[in-house]
Amino acid sequence: MNILVCISQVPDTTTKISVGPDGTTINSTGVKYILNPYDEFAIETGLRMKGQHGGTVTTITIGPETAKEVLRTALAMGSDTAVLVKDPSRSDSFVVASSIAEYAQESKPDLIVFGRQSIDFDSFQIPPMVAEMLGWPDIATVSSLNIDGTDVTAESDVEGGKLQMSASLPCVISAQKGLYDPRYPKLPDIMKAKSKPIEERALSTVSPRTAITAMSLPESKRLNTIVGDSDADINEIVRLLHEQAKVI
Amino acid sequence: MSILVVLEPSGDGLKRTSYEAITAAVSCAAGAPVQGIIFDATESQVSSASIYGLSSCMIVHGPEWNQLQSSFIASAVAEAATSIDVTTVIFAANAYGKSIAPRVAVRLSAGLITDCVELQNNAGTLAAVRPVYSGKARVSVHSVTAKTVVTLRPNVFTAKQTVATSLSTSAFTPSIASDVRTASVTGHIINEGTLDVSEADIIVSGGRGLKGPEHFHLVENLAKSLGAAVGASRAVVDAGWRPHREQVGQTGKTVSPTMYVACGISGAVQHLAGMSTSKIIVAVNKDKDAPIFTVADYGIVGDVFEVLPKLATAISTVTGK
Ligand SMILES: Cc1cc2nc3c(=O)[nH]c(=O)nc-3n(C[C@H](O)[C@H](O)[C@H](O)COP(=O)(O)OP(=O)(O)OC[C@H]3O[C@@H](n4cnc5c(N)ncnc54)[C@H](O)[C@@H]3O)c2cc1C
Repeated sequence: MNILVCISQVPDTTTKISVGPDGTTINSTGVKYILNPYDEFAIETGLRMKGQHGGTVTTITIGPETAKEVLRTALAMGSDTAVLVKDPSRSDSFVVASSIAEYAQESKPDLIVFGRQSIDFDSFQIPPMVAEMLGWPDIATVSSLNIDGTDVTAESDVEGGKLQMSASLPCVISAQKGLYDPRYPKLPDIMKAKSKPIEERALSTVSPRTAITAMSLPESKRLNTIVGDSDADINEIVRLLHEQAKVI
Repeated sequence: MSILVVLEPSGDGLKRTSYEAITAAVSCAAGAPVQGIIFDATESQVSSASIYGLSSCMIVHGPEWNQLQSSFIASAVAEAATSIDVTTVIFAANAYGKSIAPRVAVRLSAGLITDCVELQNNAGTLAAVRPVYSGKARVSVHSVTAKTVVTLRPNVFTAKQTVATSLSTSAFTPSIASDVRTASVTGHIINEGTLDVSEADIIVSGGRGLKGPEHFHLVENLAKSLGAAVGASRAVVDAGWRPHREQVGQTGKTVSPTMYVACGISGAVQHLAGMSTSKIIVAVNKDKDAPIFTVADYGIVGDVFEVLPKLATAISTVTGK
């Protein structure tokens, strides 16, 4: 089974975000970039499926030259090959999804694995878009997975529970936290990954379908009424919740 | 602006998120009729939407349509949108909307904007605002194509009743091409007896400040007094005190309830990422400098072991629960 794992590089969750000079993107100086946390589950899932069914794992990312770092992590974890689709500016999801779908049309994987969401734009768009472009089924937010021949069964987390889903290969899935615990790459593998070749490809030539006109930091409109813990304080908060905020 | 809203049935009527989407659509439509489409619903369920301003609704009949078969539903929605020639399709950003909307956008060659918290009709162009970087920034986005598909973050747009319109319904029979491949649902595991944080109107969450799973009855009792769901920080989920489905935050659920009560939670950025768009935030923490207080509307600096029981009693007197 040939598996394509799609990953992304995102600002570290604790990074302070400020708006860059263009007014539509973040100021990237001083920002620490990491492998999107959900994509660790995606890489691990790809490796486990290879372990069970044989085949190869290819990891792909769309981003600037510096995004090679996350591909090196994937290689150190055990991915066989890695592909960077060069995108110096942040393209919209349609361009990213098209680039992945075009690669998949050429390389014909049986399974494409994503992380549940990327924590920069949190858009939840790309896995179903890629699946639709390829004419494949997809299962989102997978917390348990079993593949037998071409039959895929999975549990998908939804509000209030889980759906038991079935589909057939080729298929797209997105990995939820807890699907498989990601392995830590070993030092010799990290060293070896440094010299492995990374294939480079050009971005899809399709035009973006959305445009960002402004980015801003949310201004806090919170009331910030902070009191102590006396009975009078507690009763006052309850009164305010009832009469001022009208939430109880 | 011509808008199609994708609705979901629930109980005698529709899901609350469907009424929210209709309200958002009505305010953007600038007087144009807002149309809906719904799968496996009855006329009487749909008629509950007339008071929110829905003008007409296509109903796709048949129990086979009540499951989340995203490829089939997306194909049907795209066909319906094309047949009535709308420029905009609106979904709720729940599991249903998240899995169908991207496929509809591909089929309609439309720009896709997900998880919107504001929506505006700017001289005929739909302009949306959505949070990015875990809510640490917001972007204004619009589509550069003729059509737009959007999903709305649940519980951000308040459903507003208007004068009841006369709502007409019609049956719609989609023609699904034989080569469409879909995933299908074979079973549904429901978290019995617990209100899910992603659907709750009020959430009371507990963190490491509770000191152990045996003390979570304090959080549960407060939740009971409010008719609320129980949530948790990652620290207590990782410690095995609470199940992962209760986790709020970046690697848990994103919630936007009317009221969020954080008890013994420090307010790490990853936790805030999941709840910062809540309408009212209440925090109980013994550390007056805990970051949670910077996002709180109401804060009590105190020990959860003393404050939570008193708070629950005082609230019960008001709510009667
Ligand atoms: C990639 C990544 C993803 C993450 N995702 C999430 C996520 O989805 N959700 C999430 O919650 N976290 C997430 N985290 C973890 C996050 O950084 C914090 O570690 C976590 O939220 C802390 O949980 P806590 O507030 O319960 O514990 P702590 O930070 O330990 O805070 C405990 C608080 O309780 C207070 N306290 C202690 N005793 C009492 C008392 N008796 N009475 C009152 N107050 C008391 C303390 O003052 C303190 O503020 C993530 C981290 C990373 C790196």
